[in-house]
Amino acid sequence: MPTLTYRDALRQALIDEMDRDPEVFLIGEDIGRYQGTFRVTQGLFDKYGKDRVIDAPITEPGFTGMAVGAAMVGLRPVVEMMTMSFSILALDQVINSAAKVHSMTGGQASVPMVIRGPGGHANQLSAQHSHSLEGWYAHVPGLKVVVPATPADAYGMLKTAIRDDNPVIFTENPGLYALKGEVPTESGDFTVPFGKARIAREGTDVTLVAYSRMVSVCEAAADLLEKDGISAEVVDVRSLLPLDTETIYASIQKTNRAVVVYEDWRSGGFGAEIAARIGEECFDSLDAPVGRVGGLNVPTPYSRVLELECIPNEHDVVAAVRKIG
Amino acid sequence: MPKSVKQSLTQSPTEIEKYFREMVLIRKFEEKCNVAYRTGKAGGYLHVYIGQEATGVGWINSLKLGWDYVIAAYRIHAFPILMGTEPVACMAEIMGRVDGPSRGKGGSMHIYDIPRGFFGGWGIVGGHTPLGAGLAFAAKYRKEDRVTLCFLGDGAANAGVFFETLNMAALWDLPVIFIIENNEFAMGTRLEYHAADTELHKRGFPFGIKHERLDGMNVLQVKEDAQRIIDWVRENQKPYVVEVMNYRFVGHGAADNDQTLYRTAEEVEQNKERDPLHILRKIMMENNIMTEEKMEAIESEIEEQVEEIYSQALESPHPEKSEVYDHIYTDMPVEKGH
Repeated sequence: MPTLTYRDALRQALIDEMDRDPEVFLIGEDIGRYQGTFRVTQGLFDKYGKDRVIDAPITEPGFTGMAVGAAMVGLRPVVEMMTMSFSILALDQVINSAAKVHSMTGGQASVPMVIRGPGGHANQLSAQHSHSLEGWYAHVPGLKVVVPATPADAYGMLKTAIRDDNPVIFTENPGLYALKGEVPTESGDFTVPFGKARIAREGTDVTLVAYSRMVSVCEAAADLLEKDGISAEVVDVRSLLPLDTETIYASIQKTNRAVVVYEDWRSGGFGAEIAARIGEECFDSLDAPVGRVGGLNVPTPYSRVLELECIPNEHDVVAAVRKIG
Repeated sequence: MPKSVKQSLTQSPTEIEKYFREMVLIRKFEEKCNVAYRTGKAGGYLHVYIGQEATGVGWINSLKLGWDYVIAAYRIHAFPILMGTEPVACMAEIMGRVDGPSRGKGGSMHIYDIPRGFFGGWGIVGGHTPLGAGLAFAAKYRKEDRVTLCFLGDGAANAGVFFETLNMAALWDLPVIFIIENNEFAMGTRLEYHAADTELHKRGFPFGIKHERLDGMNVLQVKEDAQRIIDWVRENQKPYVVEVMNYRFVGHGAADNDQTLYRTAEEVEQNKERDPLHILRKIMMENNIMTEEKMEAIESEIEEQVEEIYSQALESPHPEKSEVYDHIYTDMPVEKGH
């Protein structure tokens, strides 16, 4: 099985799906001639040409809305947000248009489109470029929201997203693009279904629930905890909407303790939703209150020292486990 | 105002009668919608097209129906009816009943007939304009010669996303016609209070898009202009911006009950000279196309037809409560319960 970076895995998924279906096209800022700000689309302009790899003007509402219209008649646009922070400009088109079409038309039309791009902190991009918006989108019925943590999932879930007949918000994380892992690209038909969480690491004493880059933070925390004789299970949620609560609950029924970890602002983030559900459904299995680790409730500062203070790390997770411990 | 063009009738009496019948149908259908609203059979927001019928009739009759695409904002009842959707279905949707095209989930503002090429039906002012560009993009991507009509109001001509859309349409040569229906009011704000330049067709100018201001009241003139522009766009595969001058004889919505806040009764009265039905009746009489008796007979016939539409729509059931979970996704259920 080939080893690829997360970035290359995403690109391979785009290539597979563009080869498979001529109605798949890419649109976004600087994705073509400039090869993509994070190089996810590198080489694709030369390979597929200007009609399928479209350099958009800096008009997120415009090109997102255009993609919705094209998708309503069956094209399969993959919209790149240079960063998910810029999708804030396009919220009207995502929420009022894309998410509503199937319902408002009484099922006559659907919107088979993907909006993908990096969400979360990169490296000193400061307050306006560091948002984690997946929780906002997962709040909206009509959207699907996925947050892969590994190259294999990035590959398999992007392929699933492109084949999906509904609008999918596909959140990458700038901290994951260089991550390497085995990716089953050989057949071209490997896909990862939405709504199925993954046990990233087995354990018996506490369940760490995470997604996207926080999965590797939890894995590092599990290494530290192991040295102290605490066996942590890490559940990689992978998909927020639909959400696989069964796998989360089953793990907690085994470990009787849970800590939810997310990079988004702690208050009102999607981890709070997961924690609330665990409280509703697993009360009898829990030996302690549900723990929660989130990003600091501050606009992300520029200083690397301060930025790192904002992002949850393995020590924060260990501390949260000890607190309920 | 656009200069008035001396009409030499190029349309046949049969065509003219068709336009007359369609305009009367829309007028009476819309009047009945207002009744439905007043009697509690329709709710929410309801915007009728009274005074603007010639625009819809002239433009829709110039399309290849079943092939071309149409998208509009929320004053839309006329479009699907002109494109062949059963009026009973439209009335049922306006009443929130299951026999509406959206099974009562859309309502007055969100009527769609996708198979016939009508794409709604959008409530965020200006928000549907990039979708119109997207429909045209899809046609071009597939190398089909479909033309997209994207109707918007004078208020929407100020929306940022509309400017973004014009840029993209020109940049990528999209076969879309933006039809700004200038009815002189953005809700309750007059044109001169909302637009720095009140010649809204000039929105096309900075993007190198052909643009013109046209009459929207004389249906025969509208039809000629519409056909000329649609043919040009189909042939040249480029966008076009049209400002159509019409007038809203009714409130913004059915709930707009104090029009004195933005216009006088005298102004409305003066504009009645421009009423598209008045103009067409006059043309038909002057050219001996139809007698007054026949016009009246047609009007009574259509009035009865609309009564029938109304009572049939009333017979359509309300949705089952369980339908609240339908059509959120194409392929998965949503979580149930509060």
